[in-house]
Amino acid sequence: MSDARVQQRLRAVVGASVPIEHGPGDALVVSPPDDHRTAAILETASAERWPVGVRGAGTWSSQQPNALITIDPSEMADVTYLDPSDLVVTAQAGMQWSSLRATLAEHGAWLPIDPPGERRSVGSVVATGTAGPLRCGYGAVRDHVLGATLATGDGKLMRAGSKVVKNVAGFDLVKLATGSFGAFGLITDVTFRLRAVPRADATLVARGNRDRLLQAAFAILERGANPAALELYADDPDDDWILGVRLIATDEGVQAARDTVAGAADLPFERATDGATLWRDHAAHCLEHPATLRVGVPPRALPAALDLIRHDLGPGWTSATVFPGAIRWSGASDVDRIKVFRHHAAHQEFPVTVERAPVDNLAVLGHFGAYREGVGRLIGSLRTAFDPHGIFVVPERAA
Amino acid sequence: MPLSPQVRAALVRIVSDRWVRAASAQLETFARDALPTARSIPGIVVLPGTRDEVIRIIRLLAHHEVPFVARGAGTGLSGGALANNDAVLIALTRLNRILEVDPQNRLAVVEPGVVNARLSEAVAEFGLLYAPDPSSQTACTLGGNVAENAGGPHCLKYGVTSNHVLELEVVLPDGSVVTLGSRSGEPWGPDLVGLFVGSEGMFGIATRITVRLLPTPPSIRTLLADFDDLTTAGRAVSAIIASGIVPAALEMMDQVCIEVVEASIYAAGYPIDAAAVLLVELDGATDDQVAAEGAAIEVLLMRHGARSVRAASDAAERARLWQGRKKAFGALGRMSPDLVVQDAVVPRSALPEVLDSIRAIASHHGLRVGNVFHAGDGNLHPNIGFDRENPDEFERVEQASAAIMQVCIAAGGTITGEHGVGVDKRRYMTDVFDADTLDGMARLRQAFDVAGIANPGKVIPTHACREWTQGAGRHV
Repeated sequence: MSDARVQQRLRAVVGASVPIEHGPGDALVVSPPDDHRTAAILETASAERWPVGVRGAGTWSSQQPNALITIDPSEMADVTYLDPSDLVVTAQAGMQWSSLRATLAEHGAWLPIDPPGERRSVGSVVATGTAGPLRCGYGAVRDHVLGATLATGDGKLMRAGSKVVKNVAGFDLVKLATGSFGAFGLITDVTFRLRAVPRADATLVARGNRDRLLQAAFAILERGANPAALELYADDPDDDWILGVRLIATDEGVQAARDTVAGAADLPFERATDGATLWRDHAAHCLEHPATLRVGVPPRALPAALDLIRHDLGPGWTSATVFPGAIRWSGASDVDRIKVFRHHAAHQEFPVTVERAPVDNLAVLGHFGAYREGVGRLIGSLRTAFDPHGIFVVPERAA
Repeated sequence: MPLSPQVRAALVRIVSDRWVRAASAQLETFARDALPTARSIPGIVVLPGTRDEVIRIIRLLAHHEVPFVARGAGTGLSGGALANNDAVLIALTRLNRILEVDPQNRLAVVEPGVVNARLSEAVAEFGLLYAPDPSSQTACTLGGNVAENAGGPHCLKYGVTSNHVLELEVVLPDGSVVTLGSRSGEPWGPDLVGLFVGSEGMFGIATRITVRLLPTPPSIRTLLADFDDLTTAGRAVSAIIASGIVPAALEMMDQVCIEVVEASIYAAGYPIDAAAVLLVELDGATDDQVAAEGAAIEVLLMRHGARSVRAASDAAERARLWQGRKKAFGALGRMSPDLVVQDAVVPRSALPEVLDSIRAIASHHGLRVGNVFHAGDGNLHPNIGFDRENPDEFERVEQASAAIMQVCIAAGGTITGEHGVGVDKRRYMTDVFDADTLDGMARLRQAFDVAGIANPGKVIPTHACREWTQGAGRHV
C-alpha cells in the first residue's frame, strides 16, 4: 500500500485535526488525542495488516523501524482523575512522569515509583515495568497500578481494574499489561494508588568495597529495618561502590531507622545533603550507555550474579536493589555477550529482561529472550488473543 | 452429563479408592463452600496426595474433556469452589507440606493445601511472617488464597496475596506444567504470576507456591477508638489515610457487630454503647517510633470525633482486640441460622455515605446487617443474617445484596475486594465492566484453557460474551 493511501486511510479514521507526520524511517507518526481514536487506528491497522509501533517520550527506547505507522500518545497527556483524599490518580499514557509527580505534589500526594532514565512518559514506565530503587520499600510498578485502559491489536478498549485500592473482580488484565512492553496492547491511561507526601525523607550513603557494603546491607535487613531504598551501585564495578539507604517515614520513623542502620552496619554512613539530586542522578545514569538489562536475583545470590555480570557483560553502570533482589546494568550493546550472559543467567534461574537496546540489537535479543518450557506457547496464545493479526511490532522474544 | 464409569475408574487407579468420594452422602459434604446461598453437588471428588497425582488427574480429565474444580478448605465466600455433577472436584487439602523455608532470602515454598496461619507459625522462629491474613486464616489454604487473591486486615500496609507470590508451578488445564515468575519476584517475561493470582481456578491449578516472607515488626501498637456514629468514624478513616502514616491495619465494626461480639465467647471489651469502633494497628522498627505515631493517630482520632481512644496495654489485650475482630463473622453467626458475608470496595471518602445507604437498604428489606470491614482499604463486608429455609427472607437477602452492590458501584467502587466473583457476583460483572473488557477476560481464559474445563461457569457472565462462547470453548 502506498504511503499516500495509508495516510488517507489514517486521516479518515482520526479526522482532520489529528497530526500525522513522517517519522524516522518510513513510518507515519500519528498522535491520537483520545483512546477511542487510538482504538480506531488499531482496528484499521489490524484490518489492513499494518505493522504498528508505539513511541513514548523517545527518551528510553528507540522507535521501531519496521512499523508502517507509529502511535505517539503524547497528545494524551492529562490527569483525568485525581482524588487527593482517596489517594488515587488516573493519568494518560503520554503524560511526562515528572509532570505527574509535580501535579501530585501540589495536592500533597506522592507516587513511590522512581523509574530509571529521564523525561519518561507514564505509558512507558508502566509498559516497561521499570521501577527504580524505591522498589525495595514500595514494590514494583505493578504494585501501584490499580487500573489501566488497554487498546488491543484489534482495536478494542479494555478498561481493566478500577479506581479503588482493592479489587478482585475479574481477571487481572492490568498485571498482563504492566511490564509486557506493549506485547498485548497499547496502554492509554493508568490509574495509580498514591501515598501522602512523606513527612520525612533521608538518604544515607557509604562507599567502599562491594562485598563489604553488601554484607552491611544484609545486616540492615536482618535488623528488621525496612528502608525505602537499599541500593548498591557503581559507575565502574572495578572501583569503589556506593550503598545508598533511603529512609522514608515520619520524623520518628526515620530517626528510628537511622539508629537501626547505624547499629546494624559497621560503616561510616554520611547523610546526603541533597538526597533528591542523588537519586535523580542515579536514575539518569543508565542513559549513558546504549543497552540496559534488568536481572532478577534473590538477595543472597547477588554476589554471584554481580560477578557473572562483570565477567560476561564487561564494565558498565551497575545498580543492585538488595531487596527483593534485582540488578540493573547499563553498558555496551554487544549482542553476543548479552546472549552468553542470558544463557548463563538462565542456568542460575535469574530472569533477564533487555529493557532497552538499539533497535537492530533488540530485534535479535528480544526483551525477554527465551521463555521457560511451556510458557512461550502460553505467551503466544495470549498475544494472538489480543492482537490476532500480530500488528504490534514488539520484539518480546529472541529472533 | 454425569461422569462416566471409565473416568471414575481411572481416578481410582491414580489415587486409590481411599481418596475418591462418589457416594451421595460423601458428595453432599462438598456441595457448599462458605457462601450460603449456593449449592451444587459435584460428580465426583478426588483427593490427590502429590503433585504428580494432580498432573495425572488433570491429564486424564483433559483427555476426556471433563470439567474440574479445584478446592482448598472450602472457606471461599463466592461459590468459587462449587462443582456441578458433570465435573470432578479436586480437593487439594492433602498437599499440605511446607517444602522449603529460606530465611535469608525471605521466602517459602509450599504446596497449595498448606493452611495460611500454619505458614506464619512455621516461619516465626526465623522472625518472619506471611503477611496476607484473611479472617479465615486458621482454616483457609494458600492455594485458595492464590486463586482468590485473598486479602486480610494487614493488607492495608503490606498488600494482598498477589503482592507476596513470587513463583508458581502450575498445571494448566491441558495437563502441561509450567513455572511462572522467579524466586526474586522478577517476572520471566510478562507478569503471568500476577495474571494467575486471582484467576479463581480458571487458568489451572498451582501445585507449588513460592511466597515472600516479611520480618516480624519489632514493635506493634494497637489502638481502639469508639464513636457515636458511623459517619464520624468513616471520616476519621479518611483523615488517617491522608495523614501520611500508614497503619498496618485499620478495621471498623458497627454497633450490630460490637453487640454480637461482646455477647459471644470472643468478647474483646469493645464499648457496647458505641455506634462504631475502629481498630488501628501501627508497627515499626522501635517502640519510640510506634509510640510517636500512635500518639499522632490518637490526636487525629480525637480531633475527628472519637469518644475515646485506648491502646492495648500488652500482647494479651492486643490478641483479645484482634480476636473480636477476626471472629466477628463467627459471632454474627449466632444472630441467625445463615449469614451472607458480602464484599465490595468503595473509595475511602465515600464510606460514610455508603454505610448510611446500607443501613437504609437493610431497613427497607427488613433485614439485620452488621458491618465489619477493612476501612483503610474501603473494603466493606456487610453481613446479612437470614434463614435459608425462609424463601421470602432468602429473596429479600438477594435483593438487598444486589442493592448494596449497586450503591457501591455508584459510589465509584467495585463488587469484590477479596472474596472473588465465583458464582455469586457474576450477575454484577456487566455493571462494572463493558462488553469489550469482559470479552478480553474471556479471551484470556481461552488462552489458558481452550476447552474451558477449569472451573467452568465462574467469573465471566456467559450472556455478555455470547460471540465468544459460540465460537470457542465448550464451557465458560
